[in-house]
Amino acid sequence: MHPEDKTGIVGWGAYVPRYRLKAEEIVRIWGFEKTVPKGLFIIEKAVGGSDEDAVTIGWEAARNALMRAEIDPKEIGAVFFGTESKPYAVKPSATIIAEALGITPVTMASDMEFACRAGSEGLRASIGLVASGMVKYAMTIGADTAQANPGDVLEFTASSGGAAFIVGPREEAAAYFEGSYTYVTDTPDFWRRAHSHYPLHGEGFTGEPAYFNHIINSVKGLFNKLKLTPDDFDYAVFHQPNGKYPLRVGKRLGFPKEKIMPGLVTPWIGNTYNGSALIGLAKVLDQAKPGQRILVAPFGSGAGSDAYSIVVTERVEEKQRLAPMVQEYIDDKVYIDYGLYAKYRGIIRRITG
Amino acid sequence: MVRLSISRHWREKGAYYRLEGIECLDCGKRSYPPAPVCPHCGSRNVRRVKLPRTGRLLSYTITYSIPEGFREYAPVMLGLIELDDGTRLVSQLTDTKPEELRENMRVEAVLRRVQVDGEYGLIHYALKFRPHRPGGRKE
Amino acid sequence: MESKVYVIGVGLTRIARLYDKGLTDLFAEASLKALEDAGWPEVDAVVVGSMLPSIHNEQSSLASLLAQSLPYTRGKMAVGVEDADNSGLAAVIKGYSLIASGLAKTVLVAGVEKMTEYPSAMAIRALSQACNAQHELFHGATLISLQALLMRLYMNTYGIDRDTMSAWPVLMHSNASENPYAQLRFKVTKEQVASSMMVSDPIRLLDSSPIGDGAAAIVLAASDAAGSRNNAVEIAAVAQASDTVGIAYREDPLRLLAAEKAARTAYEKAGIKARDLDVVELHDTTTILGLLGLEALGLSPRGKAAVMVDEGEFSSKSKPSVNLSGGLKARGHPAGATGVYQAAEIALQLRGDYPGRRAPDPEMGLALGLGGLGSTASIIVMRR
Ligand SMILES: [Zn+2]
Repeated sequence: MHPEDKTGIVGWGAYVPRYRLKAEEIVRIWGFEKTVPKGLFIIEKAVGGSDEDAVTIGWEAARNALMRAEIDPKEIGAVFFGTESKPYAVKPSATIIAEALGITPVTMASDMEFACRAGSEGLRASIGLVASGMVKYAMTIGADTAQANPGDVLEFTASSGGAAFIVGPREEAAAYFEGSYTYVTDTPDFWRRAHSHYPLHGEGFTGEPAYFNHIINSVKGLFNKLKLTPDDFDYAVFHQPNGKYPLRVGKRLGFPKEKIMPGLVTPWIGNTYNGSALIGLAKVLDQAKPGQRILVAPFGSGAGSDAYSIVVTERVEEKQRLAPMVQEYIDDKVYIDYGLYAKYRGIIRRITG
Repeated sequence: MVRLSISRHWREKGAYYRLEGIECLDCGKRSYPPAPVCPHCGSRNVRRVKLPRTGRLLSYTITYSIPEGFREYAPVMLGLIELDDGTRLVSQLTDTKPEELRENMRVEAVLRRVQVDGEYGLIHYALKFRPHRPGGRKE
Repeated sequence: MESKVYVIGVGLTRIARLYDKGLTDLFAEASLKALEDAGWPEVDAVVVGSMLPSIHNEQSSLASLLAQSLPYTRGKMAVGVEDADNSGLAAVIKGYSLIASGLAKTVLVAGVEKMTEYPSAMAIRALSQACNAQHELFHGATLISLQALLMRLYMNTYGIDRDTMSAWPVLMHSNASENPYAQLRFKVTKEQVASSMMVSDPIRLLDSSPIGDGAAAIVLAASDAAGSRNNAVEIAAVAQASDTVGIAYREDPLRLLAAEKAARTAYEKAGIKARDLDVVELHDTTTILGLLGLEALGLSPRGKAAVMVDEGEFSSKSKPSVNLSGGLKARGHPAGATGVYQAAEIALQLRGDYPGRRAPDPEMGLALGLGGLGSTASIIVMRR
């Protein structure tokens, strides 16, 4: 028995903004060779509107999670907000969301930072708080309006979106945690300095020593801990910096493509950074059947990975229709050109007082 | 350049974030924004209530004459909205475009940036309204 | 017993983008003209209506400051009145009250506004302070866009098309073309209205009052102070009322309750009915507010004003003639000064020396001023 298995997901929710930028538009603007998007397996990416940021995206994902949880927001005792596009460098974003959803004032609330796995760190912390009995419910949100230096290959994928999970007692959960495992090292594959608008990265260095090494170690660690193998899982969801990496890491771990595709979202919405693997998990929960087992392995640069084994309960189906599904958000889209994208994401320099 | 008040917006967050209005215990009518007396009958016997987040457009406009501070949202679309309980309010419409707007369109409240105080000041969030997304679901 | 109050002098400046003139210049020009017209009486008080000096001119204490530009006013009462873009008529009623109550015998009332000190995005935001700052302007709404919500509602509710609505600006521009003080002294056609720039759908540029600077002044006097001045015009009644600031609170957003209430009170005090009016100046920030004003005054059944205008009512040959100045639409709308223009225009019409289009031998006139979207209404009724 592990402390995790007293806890489960009582509500989940995702949000993807309405606007889409096609990869071919970035090819056109920045003079890339036209097969680059295919190499990344990226078709288009989601773009938040002028009035959206990580807070508003996180709010909508969290609202959807609350709709599925059907609990009094005041019963939530912790709110973790994982993002690398905090609207404020100093001033918590978690409090804005907690206040707007009626969770405040008797709650923990903080912003987490660990590149793309901050929201996942919040998930592990939530499990711990609920398992220990310190709080009845805890919420973790992963949301970003991901930045990329215009013209950098990263711009093909960096996108906007988020997901939220409410962790609570296993008896109320749509899926419970069997166990979790975290693997971190100091590996500087991707970073953004304090006053920089855009991150820098080590290109190929983000792959083998960072993404692959950490995810493989966290997942293998989990397998050892729980005595499970890839055959025991119905779905595998990995961090998705592009469409290719999750398929490749899954293959190396022994997962067939069919178990990865249901939770793969990046080719159609881009890499939502902290939302990436978590939106994938939300999408799997949207369609999962009782008794199925899900592997989730988020990754954050810098670097680290968490692996979770999650077992779906019979409560999942009644909750699936209580809030919009990931696929509905993916399908509801409006294409914009690079000009509007630049305006929406604040890339155009102007005097704002 | 506009320098926005901190406290003036902060103290309204119940209305801005959670759509809190008032319900009159005498005439039964609900009103938004909250007020110390019922605007309909003048009663002081009112209580704060959370209003429904969905409603329909009674009227709308697309504004091209933009007040200072709103250029990035131009053209600014506004709605006179009737919530599902009959309460009316004026709010900005978002995630839509002029040609999509029509009377009686279903709309839902979403948290958005409403005013941003330059590059260094506060970001003021509040609920705006957008066409139901995705696809007509009721909260 | 209230003392009777008379208008014994008026003075106006042309409304325009007067970059070379400040608040003091405009005030002095209008006030000195009014005092001259009144035969240089000694005044007991100076009342100044203005909406935006604290924003556009960073100036409070406006009345005292401006009074310094007039001879013989030091030591006299000087007081400012702010009631959004209804400040002008509210100031006239303040002056009236000082005399009616016996606190003063002769009062100079001036309205003055500088609208062009900052770029238009700032002026729009400032003028929109007539509406609810916290729950309308916060969302980017403006004085004009809120009226656009009403205009669309009006057109849908009563089945009025664009062409019919355009009759109002056509009439206003036609009237203004003969008003030497007007900002927009040109005629327009319905086609020009319908194809003018969209300001806030369905309000187009030619539905909307322009941004301009101006000042107007009138001299009010008690009957003994008015003496034997043969062009004195009697103020038969004044009335003020209020409504919600914020159109969402209103049970029927297409009713200007404050204007209806003020009109009822004023008619009763003056002992008249709406049909007794010969000449009217009302507050048409945009076409829709002009039409709703006609309905609130009882000059048109509800929902019928646009059609009546289109059928030729309210022209210089009608009873009553409405907005022979061109109204806010075409005379111009220097915010807090507008109401004093309206009062001066009605007095000039009744005196028979209005410099533009005149009503045929008018005896009874009325001015209606509105704050914002009718959150306040001021009415003044004058009799020849
Ligand atoms: Zn009531």
